[in-house]
Amino acid sequence: MSKQTPSQTVGPFYAIGLTRQPMNVMATDSTHGERIRVEGQVFDGDGGAIPDVMVEIWQANAYGRYNHPDDKQEKPLDATFSGWGRSGTDANCVYSFETIKPGPVPGSDDSVQAPHINVVIFARGMLVHAYTRLYFDDEAANANDPVLRSVKNKARRKTLIAARGAREGKTVYRFDIRLQGDNETVFFDM
Amino acid sequence: MITPKPYNPRDWRSHPPYSFAAYGSSVKRGPLKRLIPLKQTLSEITGPLFADIKLEPGENDLTRNADTGREALGERIIVVGRVLDEDDKPVPNTLIEIWQANAAGRYHHPVDQHNAPLDPNFTGAGRCVTNDKGEYRYMTIKPGAYPWLNHPNAWRPAHIHLSLFGPSFVTRLVTQFFFPGDPLIPLDPIFNSVPTKSGRERLMASYAHDVTEPEFALGYRFDIVLRGRKSTPFEGPQ
Repeated sequence: MSKQTPSQTVGPFYAIGLTRQPMNVMATDSTHGERIRVEGQVFDGDGGAIPDVMVEIWQANAYGRYNHPDDKQEKPLDATFSGWGRSGTDANCVYSFETIKPGPVPGSDDSVQAPHINVVIFARGMLVHAYTRLYFDDEAANANDPVLRSVKNKARRKTLIAARGAREGKTVYRFDIRLQGDNETVFFDM
Repeated sequence: MITPKPYNPRDWRSHPPYSFAAYGSSVKRGPLKRLIPLKQTLSEITGPLFADIKLEPGENDLTRNADTGREALGERIIVVGRVLDEDDKPVPNTLIEIWQANAAGRYHHPVDQHNAPLDPNFTGAGRCVTNDKGEYRYMTIKPGAYPWLNHPNAWRPAHIHLSLFGPSFVTRLVTQFFFPGDPLIPLDPIFNSVPTKSGRERLMASYAHDVTEPEFALGYRFDIVLRGRKSTPFEGPQ
């Protein structure tokens, strides 16, 4: 058995290798589902928004199916939607994705998970990437979501909930991520 | 519903901690609270595969992919290796993204203000995909060392950044590898953030004379190990 290759930071210059091309527009006009924008900032332990951070997301399609051979559910695939996106930040340290709201997916032990987006964060200064999840504040299913419920501190669950808003007629979910501090986002060991 | 087999956990003896005091910018940029354990579901066991990705010819040749018609300056190197899981099974058809400084130790990036020349024929970025045996190969130039502001007279040893996905959301890895014999390596807090000596050794490429091409380029080998799958099937209750 071999040992895992250690993680190292993406460093300050990851953009030349990882974000030369925009990869944050995940939905086309023909993608099934509710078009949404997801955006936010990532804050360090001093409360400053981080410019050299990179966020990647992975999500199911509008029917709740992942574009992956291990997802054998009898739900439709959407050929226009890979489910993966990557964003650096703009001049205001904001990351963003143009995507669709995912459907619910199965959880462990016969449970159903509320619609969510899987999130991973990289930055200069992060030696290891951090995993979190984005849930939607207008989903009643959050109350029964097994992963949200696994966060025993109810106040901390709120760090995983994106806030629905609107701008120029578009739905925008705001999801800020705090690496440290009083409202430190919940990160997962998975 | 039968959940597909989960992946092994992250091996925290192999990976650095979030906060490593000698690497100053890590201290305010990593979680301080305990990570919440998450039992892997379909959300974690699946992940982007890039099965439809079509690489342009030459994306794996950083010495020429600036598309200027001229070749980058520096010592040509050929980097080969295998991407494996912890059971030594090859990880085929997986995307590898590559980025690095030029031969003078400067990145083609506006934030890099190191007073060293840029090379107009070198972007420092490339991509390749592993074959059915998990093997990859790309061509580049050996990057230079460069100064940084972490501590007085701080220099990063020559290194190349690699980004890999593997078959799932949890097999994601960003790493960097180093070249044998570089005197800056033991002084580098990023290298030293890996908690074990054996882990640090797994960030070292080796010189590969069998890969070296006569009168053309030196060969290096760097194998990469991603998280493997748990050996015991995992099923939910009926």
